[in-house]
Amino acid sequence: MSRGRGAVDPKRVSSELFSLTYGCMVAQLLKDFESPEEVNKQLETMGYNIGVRLIDDFLAHTPSVTRCTTLEEVADILCKQGFKMFLGIVPEIKNWTAAKDEFSLVITENPLAEYVELPPNCQDTLWYSNIICGVIRGALEMVQMDVKCSFVGDTLRGNDSTEIRIKFVKILEDSLPAGED
Amino acid sequence: GINAEYGKQWYQRRVREAVVSTQSTGASEMSGNYYFVIVGHHDNPIYEQEHCSRDGQSKKDDYRDLCQFVAHASLDMIGEHMWTTNSMYLKIVDKFNDWNVSAFVTAGKQRFIILHDIKNEDSIRQFFQEVYELYIKTAMNPFYEPNTPIQSQAFHQKVKFLCRRYLI
Repeated sequence: MSRGRGAVDPKRVSSELFSLTYGCMVAQLLKDFESPEEVNKQLETMGYNIGVRLIDDFLAHTPSVTRCTTLEEVADILCKQGFKMFLGIVPEIKNWTAAKDEFSLVITENPLAEYVELPPNCQDTLWYSNIICGVIRGALEMVQMDVKCSFVGDTLRGNDSTEIRIKFVKILEDSLPAGED
Repeated sequence: GINAEYGKQWYQRRVREAVVSTQSTGASEMSGNYYFVIVGHHDNPIYEQEHCSRDGQSKKDDYRDLCQFVAHASLDMIGEHMWTTNSMYLKIVDKFNDWNVSAFVTAGKQRFIILHDIKNEDSIRQFFQEVYELYIKTAMNPFYEPNTPIQSQAFHQKVKFLCRRYLI
């Protein structure tokens, strides 16, 4: 690199700093709202707000991606390019239903959850990385796809694997703004 | 200061009383016993682990109280020693009867103290290093509040294993 000594690429941030930041945010949410279910909802909403903005950044940086016609293509691009670009991991795609409208994402190494141990009072209710579900839902909504996205297992809770279930609901048609014909 | 010296004498007196009461029932076997404590910034114990070869719950309680006194009394010596050296491992900072008090002060000024009768500096140094790494991982947990007691079962199991490996 021909930048000065000790210069860091401004677009990269230490992953530990990222995990610690996210962790402090979740811990603070838990202190503020006190209810793990409420924290789950807040994380999902925050993720949604990130997702609707992130999708443009993603599409701008991957010109090779074209409009998807099937959910399988969506899943493929989500994992191999989306997750890879922003979190540096590639989740596995599994457990397709017969109608091919639902699938699972299985994450083996979750960068958000490094060093985390859930406190006993939310061991069974908090989905620590719920922000990811919001991001997926928000991003896909901006490309006219309505999906339901939720966690079904998390290694932090003692489950075997960290798994997100994504279910396709419908294609969103562009609706004309009110008042126009 | 004067208060520190007075405090230490007071503790040593209490400790002598406690020792007399626990030794009144015959020979005390001291080999292989240890007491390990992590002391926080407010001189509060945030983690304790001990091994005592005596039987009987009341004797175990006396043993633990005695250990807490001795460890607390050694905090002054640790406070003096830690400024005299660069390294975190302070070796033996204090002695009480048969026991040696070894200390390790982390970068964040958490104090790890071991009371032990057998002198094995290398094992203790390695023990401190490994517990330090475990402590760092615990401290990185966003749900752990520093200077509060460590409740994590995972931490407890691993420290127990290390104690068995290095301290007995």
